[in-house]
Amino acid sequence: MRRLAATIPVLGMVALFVFLMLRMTPGDPAAVLAGDNGTPQQIAEIRETLGLDEPILVQLGIWFGDLLQGDLGQSYFFKKDVTELILLRVEPTVALAITTLVITVLVAVPIGVIAAYRHGTWLDRCVMGFSVFGFSVPVFVVGYILIYLFAMQFKMFPVQGYKELADGFWPFIHRLILPSITLSVIYIALIARITRASVLEVLGEDYIRTAYAKGLPNRVVLLRHALRNAAVPIVTVIGIGVALLISGVVVTESVYNIPGLGRLTVDAVLGRDYPTIQAVILVFSGVYVLINLLIDLTYSFLDPRIRY
Amino acid sequence: MSDLSELRQQTAGLVDAAASADAAARKLSIWQRLARNQSVVIGGAVMAVMLLVAIMAPFLGTMDPAEINPAWRNKVPGTELTDTAADGSQGWVYRMGTDTLGRDTYSRVIYGTRVSLIVGLSVAGLSIAIGLVVGLISGYVRWLDGIIMRVMDGLMAIPGILLAIALVSLSSAGLDTVILAITIPEVPRVVRLVRSIVLSIREEPYVEAAISVGTRLPLLLIRHVLPNTVAPLIVMGTYIVASAILVEAILSFLGVGIPPEIPTWGNIMAEGRLLFRIFPHNILFPGLFLAVTVLAVNMLGDGLRDTLDPRLEKRM
Repeated sequence: MRRLAATIPVLGMVALFVFLMLRMTPGDPAAVLAGDNGTPQQIAEIRETLGLDEPILVQLGIWFGDLLQGDLGQSYFFKKDVTELILLRVEPTVALAITTLVITVLVAVPIGVIAAYRHGTWLDRCVMGFSVFGFSVPVFVVGYILIYLFAMQFKMFPVQGYKELADGFWPFIHRLILPSITLSVIYIALIARITRASVLEVLGEDYIRTAYAKGLPNRVVLLRHALRNAAVPIVTVIGIGVALLISGVVVTESVYNIPGLGRLTVDAVLGRDYPTIQAVILVFSGVYVLINLLIDLTYSFLDPRIRY
Repeated sequence: MSDLSELRQQTAGLVDAAASADAAARKLSIWQRLARNQSVVIGGAVMAVMLLVAIMAPFLGTMDPAEINPAWRNKVPGTELTDTAADGSQGWVYRMGTDTLGRDTYSRVIYGTRVSLIVGLSVAGLSIAIGLVVGLISGYVRWLDGIIMRVMDGLMAIPGILLAIALVSLSSAGLDTVILAITIPEVPRVVRLVRSIVLSIREEPYVEAAISVGTRLPLLLIRHVLPNTVAPLIVMGTYIVASAILVEAILSFLGVGIPPEIPTWGNIMAEGRLLFRIFPHNILFPGLFLAVTVLAVNMLGDGLRDTLDPRLEKRM
């Protein structure tokens, strides 16, 4: 409960930043909405309906009230409700994020555990080397190298594009594989590193020696004794890494031409569509904070000693 | 008898050896320890080369990176220029090919090194300067601490690149706007680090001693607290250089960063995107430079961390 209460000021602070940014933007939103042929009277009407002639604190109140009702304002560029616009773009982004997360966990945790188990060998050094490498190679360079190799040379995947899940599962997943691998490289680097570090720490504990002493096979010791006790930091970093994932989504969607929230962000910035920019920031930050809240709540499940 | 003296001699030798090894380890200056760290040496060397490349850009066989040669558009690496260039030189070789406007990719990549390093170093310098001041205030002025930390928590809740993109969109894009937009998301991390150091230092006996002899706050901060932040901030600053170079490239690549006429690695790649399927060199070469530079800075950071302050790994 206390953890839940702590996230509210953070979200409030984010909303305040976003509001201040909205007010700092150049240009009059009413004039933009009225279009090039808007008469002064139309502009004045829009100002009134938007409440732009009220004092700034009242505006903050109105804006915040709308926000709580899920009304994020009107897009300058697409001339639509921003909320509607975002809902249209959610599917590709969520699909990309989930496949990336699945690939990351399936790859990073095993290689992290193996690196810790074979600590100091060439295998360990390979994993650590990959980890530093993964942090340093930008997402779009990885993306283009993968496109070049697997889509253009070997022709295993389509180069770019996206198909909705409604169009069938295979076309949908076939187009998601390369983007997800691209996006997961940096995330795998992060998770593998933390998995290795926390498993390594646990492997030095007495109960691991006891487990080996009573003749348990390697697999059982590593998975049931070591990994379970190393889980809390790993899960924490998976949560913190969501910020990386969000940043990566913006770039990956541009590289692969996926019509998701990331592309919406870039299009909005290029079109100076401030309401949309602010809405996307609010949505992404909100998701980030909530995911971390959820992860904090799983601690007491992973480690029953932790209570809230 | 002889056995005993032999034994004594041997043990004396052992003790000597141990003592001298110990003394040697202690006598090693910080520079010598850094020089023994592989990551520092390799990362530092690559960075030194990049720095030289950036400074010497006009003398490395480059032409004007903005020069457009319409007859020589989209050439593959190694194409030789057979007619006369604008500056009168002949037999020019496009080492990395040309882009869609006929500009020499090699010259653009070399000049791009300048922008990347300027952005990386200024973002690191700025965010550490701001973070240090705010962190010291937050750690020492208790009533401000709550407010400052709430603001920092709010800033940290917005994914860095998104915040940078939004900040860039607020004003016209230019080098200084981009530097500022990348700096702001980095500040909260520095503030947190400085604050945590201040909070642990202020409990130390020597700080208490300094307070008891009447040292005033500014002097206390400068003489006793500041020196403790130097090593962690050098390490953090190195990581910030790496991430700033990456973020700048991403912003330029997305078309929301530094104006496209300035040659930056991100801009060259953004340019090369359209014809990537036919001419991958405009993405691969700047991508390679970018990856090597960031890798080198990250290695330098890891090495510095391990030598200067191994406890940092847990803190960051």
